[in-house]
Amino acid sequence: MYPKQECIAMLLAGGQGSRLYALTKRIAKPAVPFGGKYRIIDFPLSNCVNSGIDTVGVLTQYQPLVLNDYLGNGQPWDLDTMYGGVHALPPYQGTHGADWYKGTANAIYQNIPFIERYNPDYVVILSGDHIYKMDYSEMLAFHKSHKAACTIAAYQVPMEEASRFGILNCNEDGTIYEFDEKPKVPKSNNASMGIYIFSWEKLRKYLEMDEANPDSSNDFGKDVLPAMLNAGEKMVAWKFEGYWKDVGTIDSLWEANMDLLDPNDPLDMSDPSWRIFTRNPVMPPHYVGKNADCQNSLVTEGCMVNGKLEFSILFEGVQVETGAQVTESIIMPGAKIMEGAKVQFAIVAENAVIGPGAVVGQRPEDMENRDDWGIAVIGGGVKVGANAVVKAKAMVEEDIPEVTK
Amino acid sequence: MRGNNVVGIIFSNMHDDTMQQVTNIRTFGSVPFGGRYRTIDFPLSNMVNSGVNKVGVITKSNYQSLMDHLGSGKAWDLSRKSEGLFILPPFGNGNQMYSNRIEALDGITSFLRNCNEEYVILSDCDMICNIDFKKVLDAHLDTNADITIVYKNGEMPDLGEPVVLELNSQDKVTDIVVGAKKGEKVSWSMGYYVMKKAFLQQTIAEAVSRNRSNFVRDILQRGVLENKIYGYRFEGYVGALDSVQSFFRVNMDLMKWDVLRDLFNPMRPIYTKERDEMPTRYGLGSVVTNSLIADGCVIEGEVKNCVLFRGVHVGKGSKLSNCIIMQDTVIGDNTVLDYLISDKDVTFSDGKAMIGTESYPIYVSKGSVV
Repeated sequence: MYPKQECIAMLLAGGQGSRLYALTKRIAKPAVPFGGKYRIIDFPLSNCVNSGIDTVGVLTQYQPLVLNDYLGNGQPWDLDTMYGGVHALPPYQGTHGADWYKGTANAIYQNIPFIERYNPDYVVILSGDHIYKMDYSEMLAFHKSHKAACTIAAYQVPMEEASRFGILNCNEDGTIYEFDEKPKVPKSNNASMGIYIFSWEKLRKYLEMDEANPDSSNDFGKDVLPAMLNAGEKMVAWKFEGYWKDVGTIDSLWEANMDLLDPNDPLDMSDPSWRIFTRNPVMPPHYVGKNADCQNSLVTEGCMVNGKLEFSILFEGVQVETGAQVTESIIMPGAKIMEGAKVQFAIVAENAVIGPGAVVGQRPEDMENRDDWGIAVIGGGVKVGANAVVKAKAMVEEDIPEVTK
Repeated sequence: MRGNNVVGIIFSNMHDDTMQQVTNIRTFGSVPFGGRYRTIDFPLSNMVNSGVNKVGVITKSNYQSLMDHLGSGKAWDLSRKSEGLFILPPFGNGNQMYSNRIEALDGITSFLRNCNEEYVILSDCDMICNIDFKKVLDAHLDTNADITIVYKNGEMPDLGEPVVLELNSQDKVTDIVVGAKKGEKVSWSMGYYVMKKAFLQQTIAEAVSRNRSNFVRDILQRGVLENKIYGYRFEGYVGALDSVQSFFRVNMDLMKWDVLRDLFNPMRPIYTKERDEMPTRYGLGSVVTNSLIADGCVIEGEVKNCVLFRGVHVGKGSKLSNCIIMQDTVIGDNTVLDYLISDKDVTFSDGKAMIGTESYPIYVSKGSVV
């Protein structure tokens, strides 16, 4: 018997994150490192804990090994509680056969028994690819005071970008009258953040209806939400103010990391009243050597810096050797930048090695054609040989041999 | 694993008097060290990495910060259903507090009685090193000794109560002398002792009943004649903490690459309590060289040859050299600090200058406002 929970969270973490290419070859998107010592999933999980939600189901499907290891018993987020806590929920086999999660709604549908054992009044649906700090309890209070069936968090995007988002068109009292998916001519700039609170009774009803509909793609945005709206359920938009970034692409992941280097960092991960919890590595403080020069960068424990850093983020255990230069780049855990190597506008994934004198990435101003420019990505464990050159926008998944001068 | 047959005993208060300024408000074991550690992290992690899964920590006074640090022992994997971490507050003898090691061990008689382990390791918190106690135990079993003392051969550090061993070619201890000159080349005891639990219980009971009170004189020196005492020679780096000066020096040793590598061997990590700080932020125009820096710092000034603990802020135009700055200390703009140890939560306002010397670093106590 589980004690009743007023509100529990379900975190959709099964997507491949195919637009992160080499970075998600072996790990699910929510497990991708972010911000020097975090992984993307730390943000929704910390938000849950800081908002007083201590039961979180994490729906996993794609490459779950690293993610499952990372979640463990939930202790880093104080989620190793007696009844609630964090639960990895993979697809499973039942008496009527086995199914993968067909869509986001189906993933929740398949876990109705998990939700029911807490007998919740409300369920928060979260995704594992956003960087933000949000107090879900404020959103829940809004949901309750509006007696809504569903509340959707909305972010004010610039009008000129609104056509890239799912737009919520609202009446003056905040009730939604229309969903407009990537409209050519947007009527408003209220973008859906993919964060929903449902009254559980309603959600359960619509999940069951959705499952019974053979034409449905079993997706929240495409199927369940429109069905609720068409049936006349009360749906409201809750406006969120603060930093929010989707990190589903290489460019946005790089940008969101670079945002942290702004001295007036709008995310402020150092706020003691809203800590971002993470599984901390067991490593000594970082050492900055005699030849080092660190400018506007984030460096964490276990690093050895002897080269030059500018506008860069080093994760735990990264080595930057003498004469190496790292500019506007993200170097993920355990990677090594050897003597004289140059890494610029790049993401170097876990345990990759950049050989002596190699050059990774290009500055946008050095490009002949600016349209060819993009962030260079070196995949996890890849070895770039000495003096090799990796162009802008490259996606390196295989070792690159040494180049003799 | 054979290590599981060993219980660790850590004396967290021994040597408190050697660094009085720093230990006024805490036990020796909870003295901050090396940017993110407390001294007790070293013996505790060494024991855990050697397979020991039961450790008793003997406390005496001012141990609140120690308990806060240790918590349930989770950070050392010592929060267990069976065995794990035991904090052993002063016990017995009416109102009297133990005054020496023998009385302290007598005070944990019932703890020892309830241990099923066959061997014990005794340790203080004044040695900063990464040692594999499994090897010490192997040597202990090979020589069939009653007591094995871990020693270091080399220049005598500045210890308050130095114990010097004379050994034959088989590492059997032939004599133990107290006192040696600093810098002399000797085999000095690191204060780690391995013995059978039953031997310890019997020896302590006997010492107490005969009113013997000095561990070195009445157990070790007497033991040379009556028991088999062997030495185990430790070859790695050891930083001995015995004064504010040596505390300063050993922290500075961490800037040497080989010391850092040896002490923080990734195969035998040193564990400590976590704090969930964000990575350290280097501002534009910051100049940082040859320094050891923990998470959660914000550095906008110049930092040279320093150890910065978690959450330290260094303002614009400030110049720090040869400093040890403990947790959450805030240094304003244009402040100059040299040869200085700042305890936790100190505030240096803008435009101050404090300059010590290598042989006499300035110490600023916890929570001060300068």
